[in-house]
This record gives sequence, C-alpha cells and structure tokens, in this order.
Amino acid sequence: MTTLDRPVKVPTFQSVSLRRKLTNYLAGVLVVSSMVIALIPLVWVLISVITKGVKAASSVVWWTHSQAGMTTFEVGGGAYHAIVGTVLQGLVCAAISIPIGVFVAIYLVEYGAGTTFGKLTTFMVDILTGVPSIVAALFIYALWVATLGFQRSGLAVSLSLVLLMIPVIVRATEEMLRIVPMDLREASYALGVPKWKTIVRIVIPTALSGIVTGIMLALARVMGETAPLLVLVGYSQVMNFDIFSGFMGSLPGMMYDQTSAGAGANPVPTDRLWGAALTLIVLIAILNIGARILARLFAPKKI
Amino acid sequence: MNAGSGEALAQPFPEKRSLATNPSKGAKVRAGDRIFRGLAEGSGVLIVVLITAIGLFLLWRAIPALARNEENFLLYGGNWVTTDTSAMKFGVLDLLQVTVFVSLFALLLAMPIALGIAIFLTQYAPRRVAGPFAYMVDLLAAVPSIIYGVWGLYVLAPQLRPVAMWLNENFSWITIFATGNASVAGGGTIFTAGIVLAVMILPIITAVTREVFVQTPRGQIEAALALGATRWEVVKTTVLPFGRSGYISGAMLGLGRALGETVALLIILRGTQQAFGWSLFDGGYTFASKIAAAASEFNDQYKAGAYIAAGLVLFVLTLVVNSLARAAVAGKQPT
Repeated sequence: MTTLDRPVKVPTFQSVSLRRKLTNYLAGVLVVSSMVIALIPLVWVLISVITKGVKAASSVVWWTHSQAGMTTFEVGGGAYHAIVGTVLQGLVCAAISIPIGVFVAIYLVEYGAGTTFGKLTTFMVDILTGVPSIVAALFIYALWVATLGFQRSGLAVSLSLVLLMIPVIVRATEEMLRIVPMDLREASYALGVPKWKTIVRIVIPTALSGIVTGIMLALARVMGETAPLLVLVGYSQVMNFDIFSGFMGSLPGMMYDQTSAGAGANPVPTDRLWGAALTLIVLIAILNIGARILARLFAPKKI
Repeated sequence: MNAGSGEALAQPFPEKRSLATNPSKGAKVRAGDRIFRGLAEGSGVLIVVLITAIGLFLLWRAIPALARNEENFLLYGGNWVTTDTSAMKFGVLDLLQVTVFVSLFALLLAMPIALGIAIFLTQYAPRRVAGPFAYMVDLLAAVPSIIYGVWGLYVLAPQLRPVAMWLNENFSWITIFATGNASVAGGGTIFTAGIVLAVMILPIITAVTREVFVQTPRGQIEAALALGATRWEVVKTTVLPFGRSGYISGAMLGLGRALGETVALLIILRGTQQAFGWSLFDGGYTFASKIAAAASEFNDQYKAGAYIAAGLVLFVLTLVVNSLARAAVAGKQPT
C-alpha cells in the first residue's frame, strides 16, 4: 500500500483534449440543470398552494364546518364535509384493498413463484398498475351502477379506488416479502411450524414496516384521485357520513366544484379552491410523514 | 445405479433416475395451511378475473351504444350527438389525435429531463445528496393530478403566455405553432397541458430509468475509467448502452400514464367544437377528459355506452403501451 499507490512510471498521455474536457463539462452542466428543472415545478406548486390556500384554510371555521348554505358570493364555510368524505372513502377503500393486496403478494412470493399462474398474476398486476383512473371508474360504473343497479355513492368511489390501490400495495408488499431472508423461513420450518404460521408469525412481522409504508403511500395516492369522483358520486357541499347513499363531498370534488363555480375570476371560489388544495396536500403530507414514522416503529428489532 | 459401478464409468444408455424421496410424504396437510393457501391463491385469481372483467364489462356495456351509432366509431372525428339515443353520432378519431398529440408532446419534454436526472442521481451525485434528491423527484408523483390541473391553469398558464404568444406570432407558419381553436392568451391549450403533463410523468420515467442505470455493472464503469474515460464518456460508453431498455420502458410507462391522465387535462384544456388541427394551441378533449366531462350526465345506457366505448379504446391503448414497456425491460432482466 505504499509504493503501489502511485504509478511507477509517469504516464505518457496525461492531458485530456480540450474537446473531451468541454464535452464532459457540458454534460455535467446539462445533467445538473435537468435536476434543477425538475425541482422547479415541485417547489412552485407547493409554494403556490400554500400561499394561496392559507387564507381560506386559516379561517376558524375551515376545519370544523361544511359549505352548507354557502353561495359563491359569500365568504365563509369550511372543508369539514370534504375532509370527512375523502377520509371515509379512503378508509373503506383501504379496508378492502389491504387484505387482497397483501394476499396477492403472499401468493406471488410464497406460493406462486415461478409457476405459470404466478407469472400470469404478476403480468395482471402490471396491467392493473397501468389502468387509468377513469377506466377504473367506468368499469365500476358499468358493473355497480349499470349492471347491478346500485345508486352512485361514496362506496362506488371506494370500489373504483380499490382497483387503483391494490397494485400499489401488491408491489410494495411483494418487494418487502422478497427481502425477508430465506434462513428465517427455514429455521421456522425446521422447528415444525406449518407454512401458514411461518408466514403470519415470521415473514410478515419481519416485513411489516415496509408493508405499512407501502400501504400509507398507496392511500395517499388514491385520496387525491378525482376521476372516479366525477363519474361515481355527485359533489355535496353538506355533511354526509353515509358512504352507502347520497352525494358526498370530498377534497378533490370540492376543488373541481370550485373550478366550475368560477374560480380564477371570482375571489370566493378561488380562495376555497386553494384552501381545499392546501388541505389535500396537508392530508397527503400527514400520510407520507406518518408512513415514515410507522416504518421506524415497526422496523424489525435489532438483536 | 449399482453399487461399485462408479460415477465415472460411462453408461451405455441413460438410465432412468431414481425418484427423490419426498420428506413430507404422508404428512398431513393442516387445515390452516390449506385455508391460507386458498386465500392467497384466491386473491391471485381475483386479480386475473378483475382485469378480464374490466375488458368484458366495458365491451358488454359499449355494444348496445355502438349498435346505434350512425358513424364509424373509429373514424368519426366530429362532434358527439348523444341526445337522441336512437340515432347517435360518436367516434374517437378526434379524441385519439388529441390524446396522442398531447401525450407525445409531454413525453418529448419529459424524456431528456428524466434521462438527465437519472444520470445525475446514479452517476454524478454523491450518495448523501442522491437520496434526498431522489425523494424529492418521487414527491412530484405524490401531488394529486387535480392540484397540477389548477396550478397549470391558474398559475403556470399566465406565466407561459408570453412564450406561447411569441411562438405563435413568429412560428405560426409551422403547423404545430399555428393559431389553433383555443385562445393562445387564455392558456387552455395543449401547450400548457403538455407541459403540466410532462411534470406529472417525469417521476415515473425517472424512477424506472434510475432503477436500471444503478445496476450498470461496476466492472464496466471501472474498466472505462481505467482506460482514461472522462465522467461523461463513462456514462456514454457503459451506463447508456446498459440502461437503454430501462429508459425506453420508463418512457413507455410514462406515456401510458399520460394517455390516461384525466382531471388535470379536463381542467386545463378548453373544450371546443372545432376539429383538432395538429397545433399546440388547440384545445379539445382527450379520451379521459371527454368521459369525465360528460360523466355526471350518465343516465341512459346508450348515452353512457358511447363514453364507455371510448373508455374501452383508452383501456386497450394503455394496455398495449404498458405491455410494450414491460416487454422492453423484461428483455434486459439482469440474471
């Protein structure tokens, strides 16, 4: 390590030609500037949502009142109905998607790895990842409303969100299950523990932190979806806790409603629009930060 | 094999191999195991059934409307007439043109930037910096599309107005910069929508590209460095050839996302009655925004069926694009 660090002989060609230097320099500049360009919209979007939304969202009644009885020319009212709607729809969707998504991932990793049907399922999950939200909404409309004859409701929205949430959960869970060391499973089998109990008691707890993070991020993604709301439920500006019937408010729904109510020209809906946008961002930020905290909480203990 | 024959002796003909003893032969399969396996397999089956059902239900609901369509569904590009359900006129040509045009424009903007970011994050940035930056790019995907929509229309479009006006005034002899059917100053154009869409698909392309770039064999990079390559030459000779399929796959996935994007385009693009003229300053409807705009009026199975038929075309389109993307990256799976 003493003499071999340096070449024994001075290399013959030491200088890099100007053209190569310039190309290298230019490439570096381009690469760094593309990074900067990508960050501009992120910062810009966040700053405009915060600065424009803070006025409405900081009012006393914003977090506690609905828009009941409000018109587009009257300042006041809040987003409580919309927050309730978004959270309810998100939770119902999560309650349906989590078991299905986790079981599909378990199947793919523990049972179906390498089999033909396993490959088919993987392919189908890939397809489901790419299904546009409007197509998911149309499918639920065709199945739930047009064929089975149910009314449009918050539940229908949740069902279409399930289609969007499952693939995200499957991907996250699958990835986590795969990195659980084989040794842990084998140790468990060697002790005579049945396979299902090995999965439930050994594999899943080891992977839990990643799975929970994945689920939270998936939830954050579906809560901002708007297309299913437009197709599957009417927007209501009053409270509705009943997910099975009636129109239902939601944050994206509220935002869309404001854009058609003259936001941009009329200051009242404009403020409400950005207020709802800020509320939605806050909700998503809470889920994202919560995911990180939970991940740390559930992380497998180091021995 | 007979005892003493020796493994090294060549056998005159292949002998049938003895069956391996099954260690768990005769063991009772527990009820818990059976149930759990059933649940897992059932969920897998459910996914497959779900995808099939999407295609079938859309098709089934679209057929009655298609039967009453007086125009050629694929080649009619005019305005939709769905009020008289016994003689409807609808077709997807115009929607297809707008959808593909705006998506390709977005892709054109996003692809070089995504490539730059992927190279920066995997080859240029020190590890400590790369993590947070990668997280920030991923955050772009966490912002809901409706927020991009209102930001695009109310914040970005006024800022883009001078650029759009300048392009329109000086280059209107080029088709794509010609005055279209939406107001250039108003901002509700494909130009604005494409830029917003580019921001939205950027994180997807970047994520896939990055994942492949980071797997570039260390040996190749070091070999290039040992031959005296500059940093850019290393990227050019090792990372890019290795990661090309990943980059293409990422771009296709981004395209798939752009084709199906709904609400941002619904908010930004000005709806118009005039035909699409291949200009960036046109308005119009994409598949998704056309469906979403009419969704609240679904009350009749024929009327809804017309839009469901459009949804089916969109589904098939994204399915093809996504499958191609998967195929592109599957060919380059590191073993």
